[in-house]
Amino acid sequence: MSEELSDGVKELESMIGEEYKYGFTTDVEYEDFPKGISEEIVRELSRVKEEPEWMTDFRVKAYHAWKEMEEPTWFNATYKKPDFENLLYYSAPKKKPQLDSMDDVDPNIRETYEKLGIPLEEQKMLSGVAVDAVFDSVSIFTSFKEKLAEAGVIFCSMSEAIKEHPELVKKYLASVVPVRDNFYSALNSAVFSDGSFCYIPKNTKCPMELSTYFRINNMESGQFERTLIVAEEGASVSYLEGCTAPMYDENQLHAAVVELVALDDADIKYSTIQNWYSGDENGKGGIYNFVTKRGICKGKNSHISWTQLETGSAVTLKYPSVILKGDNSVGEFYSVAVTTKKQQADTGTKMIHLGKNTKSTIISKGISAGQSNNSYRGEVKISKNATGSKNYSVCDSMLIGQECGAHTFPYISSENPTSSVEHEATTSRVGEEQIFYLMQRGISEQDAISMIINGFVKDVLKELPLEFAVEANKLLDVKLEGSVG
Amino acid sequence: MLEIKNLHAKVEGEDIEILKGVNLKVNAGEIHAIMGPNGSGKSTLSKVVSGHPEYEVTEGEILFNGEDITELDADERAHLGLFLAFQYPVEVPGITNKTLLREAYNTIARANDREELDPIEFEDYITEKLDVIEMKDEFLSRSINTGFSGGEKKKNEIFQMAVLNPVLSFLDETDSGLDIDALKVVSDGVNKIANDENAIVMITHYQRLLNYIKPDYVHVMMAGKLIKSGGFELAEELEANGYDALEKELVLNGEAQ
Repeated sequence: MSEELSDGVKELESMIGEEYKYGFTTDVEYEDFPKGISEEIVRELSRVKEEPEWMTDFRVKAYHAWKEMEEPTWFNATYKKPDFENLLYYSAPKKKPQLDSMDDVDPNIRETYEKLGIPLEEQKMLSGVAVDAVFDSVSIFTSFKEKLAEAGVIFCSMSEAIKEHPELVKKYLASVVPVRDNFYSALNSAVFSDGSFCYIPKNTKCPMELSTYFRINNMESGQFERTLIVAEEGASVSYLEGCTAPMYDENQLHAAVVELVALDDADIKYSTIQNWYSGDENGKGGIYNFVTKRGICKGKNSHISWTQLETGSAVTLKYPSVILKGDNSVGEFYSVAVTTKKQQADTGTKMIHLGKNTKSTIISKGISAGQSNNSYRGEVKISKNATGSKNYSVCDSMLIGQECGAHTFPYISSENPTSSVEHEATTSRVGEEQIFYLMQRGISEQDAISMIINGFVKDVLKELPLEFAVEANKLLDVKLEGSVG
Repeated sequence: MLEIKNLHAKVEGEDIEILKGVNLKVNAGEIHAIMGPNGSGKSTLSKVVSGHPEYEVTEGEILFNGEDITELDADERAHLGLFLAFQYPVEVPGITNKTLLREAYNTIARANDREELDPIEFEDYITEKLDVIEMKDEFLSRSINTGFSGGEKKKNEIFQMAVLNPVLSFLDETDSGLDIDALKVVSDGVNKIANDENAIVMITHYQRLLNYIKPDYVHVMMAGKLIKSGGFELAEELEANGYDALEKELVLNGEAQ
């Protein structure tokens, strides 16, 4: 566009690419489990991970709960049902995890990280982003542990946390998303492979932005990540989750669970950029992204914000939510969900107001292009005791072209007369007239679309951590290239 | 500067011709007015010349400084120095007027190997131009045309013209919807911008605008063609007798159907 962007663009082009560049696999041998799921397999999974008995019990109980539940069908998307019996629920590279330096990492895996541009290289490490990279289902590398340890911050893989910090895990795991919350949370609870565990002690501001990369590298392996972030009284942390995945012919299931707990005066900011393979032009081969994300503002004056840029996956079902229990607590949800070609997204949020004077803000921007279908589903619930609570929701849809769909399903219920709920929704089409107007002023068609889209999503993207805001803009441009006309 | 030769055009995908053989010559330093009744194709002419994708040229050509621009995209024509002041300027939320102008200015500068301006330099440049059209600074930070009244939108078009300094401008019914005061401000602006190097073509229904911006040539458009040309007195004649009278006169003279 203009020179100031071109350097950043060159760097990013190597990360994102015009075509989906991450369509490759790594030749790493796996200790593969047999396919399918059963109590024996769940126990074996727990055994291989050397988990304590309480964890095995947790999993087995969850497995049985899952067996009693039915796959949900209420959302606005159609897809080929996952074949649960044929999925691989565990995979790990042969070389063992928990390394202190890059030199110890399997060279194939290291090359993979480089191709993906994952910031494990020295440069990025020096710039201060701690990375806990999850290679398929097992954590490989954790950096900056010392610096974080100085601050008393625990940031490690879930597997490690179960062994090293059992009292914390026991206390908070499944406290925000109960095992039986939904079909996929039950499945995840039984077979989750790994994820991030983050604990910030009292009155501590985490000294750096934390981030995690995921990657599914084995055909038919279900990716069941489990993340738990706990911020004690007065603590604060900013966490970024960014995903890439390679191309396949079989759809891949990603059913993660993320739980956030914020105590009195604590602050958790959780940002996501999701760019998973979304399938070919016919929608075949993309990732199914069924995620349960929920935060609880447990303490007074606590604050949780979810910020997301969703551009990938064939089907996305995701409703990052906040339970506003503590008085004066604040929940925020900022989302840009882009669907192109044949993608389908049914996403949104739930803001549950339980405490007094609680506030929630929802800004959701949906962009649909191609023949995609993009639905926003949001719930704002104000309970009887939530005196003086306020919600402000904006959900805007932008349609590019004539064949895509955008839908809004807002659910608002209030049982307290002193609360206020404001909801605004607009739908617009990127018009030929707007593009012509900008072109007549000398701006190219592609730049015109880019400017219009960036203007549309500005309010959301400004909530992303600065380093990722540039990537986010470029990602949008790449996703929407050639979508008008 | 501009030469339109036997231009025929229609809406893409439809059969009815809207422009049926337009001929027009515009030289540097000139101000032209094109008048005509509704449906004559006046606005279509300005859109076709500026490259609106909705229209298709079926015959003839548009030459700009000798170069055939008939097949060029709208932005390429803008790079050559063509400007259209829209009849109905659209709103483009999310992009500020300032950002649009800076991007436009720099893109055009780049295309012509001229120096681009960084945001601070551009800020200075644009502030000068605010006086041309009596625009308030606060308009710059608002989204393009968002929340603007009709008159403000038209002023904004002329403001953009002042900033981008085009070689050839088409003003498409710039006077419609303006009260006398706004009309004066807009006209002053255009007169300040007009010089010996550029050219302006005003499309209008009413003679009133021409009292403020004096044209060198007046043309009358009817049924897709420019059927008569003259000086300012032609405009006065139309004002007095209307388009019908002119049409009758031309039929009698065998110059029109």
